[in-house]
Amino acid sequence: MNWSPLWISLSVAIPATMITFFLGIFIAKKVISANAPVSKLLDVIFTLPLVLPPTVVGFLLLILFGKNGLIGRFLYSVGIQIVFTRLAAIIAAIVVSFPLMYRSAKAAFEQQDGNLIQAGRTLGLTKIQIFWRIEMPLAAPGILSGTILTFARALGEFGATLMIAGNIPKITQTMPMAIYMNIQRGETKIASVWVLLMIMLSFFMILFLNFINIKKEEKGIHNITS
Amino acid sequence: MGASGCGKSLTLKCIAGIVTPEEGKIVLNGKVLFDSKLGINIPPQQRKIGLLFQNYALFPNMTVRENIGISCNKKNRKSITDRLLKEFRLNQLESRYPGQLSGGEQQRVAMARILAYDPEALLLDEPFSALDSYLKEELQQNLIDFLRKFNKDILMVSHSRGELYRFCDYIAVIDHGSLMETGNKRKIFEDPEKFITARLTGCRNISRAIRISDYEVRAIDWSVNLHTNKRVEDNIRYVGIQSCYIKPGEQHEENTIPINLSDSLEGPDQVKFVLTKQEDANYSHNSNLLWTVAKQEWRHLYQLKFPEYIQIPKEHILLLTESEKRKIC
Repeated sequence: MNWSPLWISLSVAIPATMITFFLGIFIAKKVISANAPVSKLLDVIFTLPLVLPPTVVGFLLLILFGKNGLIGRFLYSVGIQIVFTRLAAIIAAIVVSFPLMYRSAKAAFEQQDGNLIQAGRTLGLTKIQIFWRIEMPLAAPGILSGTILTFARALGEFGATLMIAGNIPKITQTMPMAIYMNIQRGETKIASVWVLLMIMLSFFMILFLNFINIKKEEKGIHNITS
Repeated sequence: MGASGCGKSLTLKCIAGIVTPEEGKIVLNGKVLFDSKLGINIPPQQRKIGLLFQNYALFPNMTVRENIGISCNKKNRKSITDRLLKEFRLNQLESRYPGQLSGGEQQRVAMARILAYDPEALLLDEPFSALDSYLKEELQQNLIDFLRKFNKDILMVSHSRGELYRFCDYIAVIDHGSLMETGNKRKIFEDPEKFITARLTGCRNISRAIRISDYEVRAIDWSVNLHTNKRVEDNIRYVGIQSCYIKPGEQHEENTIPINLSDSLEGPDQVKFVLTKQEDANYSHNSNLLWTVAKQEWRHLYQLKFPEYIQIPKEHILLLTESEKRKIC
């Protein structure tokens, strides 16, 4: 059995999650502080990849990163090819999983009692201190669950990845791709190994997610932010 | 002092710097904190003003000790926190989280956290609104004791006249964002000048009024002419009488009104009588009078016949003017 799809999946999902983590928090903060109409519009745009079919996202990514694409053309001229590479798979995973991180972080920040931030300001804390010592710790459970959802989504990404990164064994063939390919070939046994692995991974991620929520309740955090 | 939504809390937030007013000027101890004309707006971090939030706004992710020490620098954090934990009797609770504390304990932590910052003024926003009423009295006494040690300016906002009377020396009445009347608390409570002040200090009996002569005024809603000790000015619009100052009267005495008892409301230590005027053809709710009698007096009164007349003692008549609008600054 060839295990390369597992390593490829991880080498796509881990960097994608790391980038989405910071990007999601950063964008969520920006959208919250934007003016009402702008904020509403941005929110729609950043949530769109969640509801669009992955093939639509894949199509749009091809327009951007293809050889004749808006960004792709420039990158190609300096010798960088995106399409059908590991990088393309990472980009697809970021775009598709981004709304999960963004929405989790935004909800976590918006839920917070605004008085806490104001209290921090009247106690002489700088913006940075308030962010790291008050906002982030309070948003942590929401951000952590967003991160897990992001990772799970990045790991399971299929449609957009297929369109922009292809299904090249040992280069861009991730676990979901391997399942599809093996079924096509009639290799049901190999496919079922991958299926089982995906189910186990997802099971433990959700278990961990619930564990975070229990921890949060024990600390009594939920009953003060009224 | 002011009714809910009149702009009290907003005024405090403007002073603390977390809300920016549209126009005006805020000066503390000679230092300009805000001036719309000169474009000055010192950020809250540099104002050094302590604000006790209505819900205390303790940081739920930090222990009591961490909450108190948040504004201190590393060097003296421990010594300041230790001192305040002791002063506010929080030693036992130092490693608890705010969610595990009672309302009164949260209030003490919030006060300690503000004092650790060593502010130049202290603002209290409805400090007891988040507490159970049966705990309030004891906690109020505790807070008064702590505040006595703080010898800088304290500004408190409340709609509770009892709280304000207990805590404050000087009172400003706010209505619809405008300053109505200011003065010593005794003056504000016992001799208010404005209709709104009388209402907010708990005067339930107010009638429209017209000046008749220098020492006589017509109470329109009670259809009676009242003699006064104080000189009646031209701008008088209302007369009022605190419900506890009403006395039983006789027909021939001055300032008496014939009444019927329409309802009595018994409280734990006093009884309130709702009185309507006798032979009141055009009865309106406005002309009802409320008479408060202490329980002991009430027993005495009850044995006799309920009086047919009440007297409004001239020394307790409030002569009130309309509340003309005036900007706060």
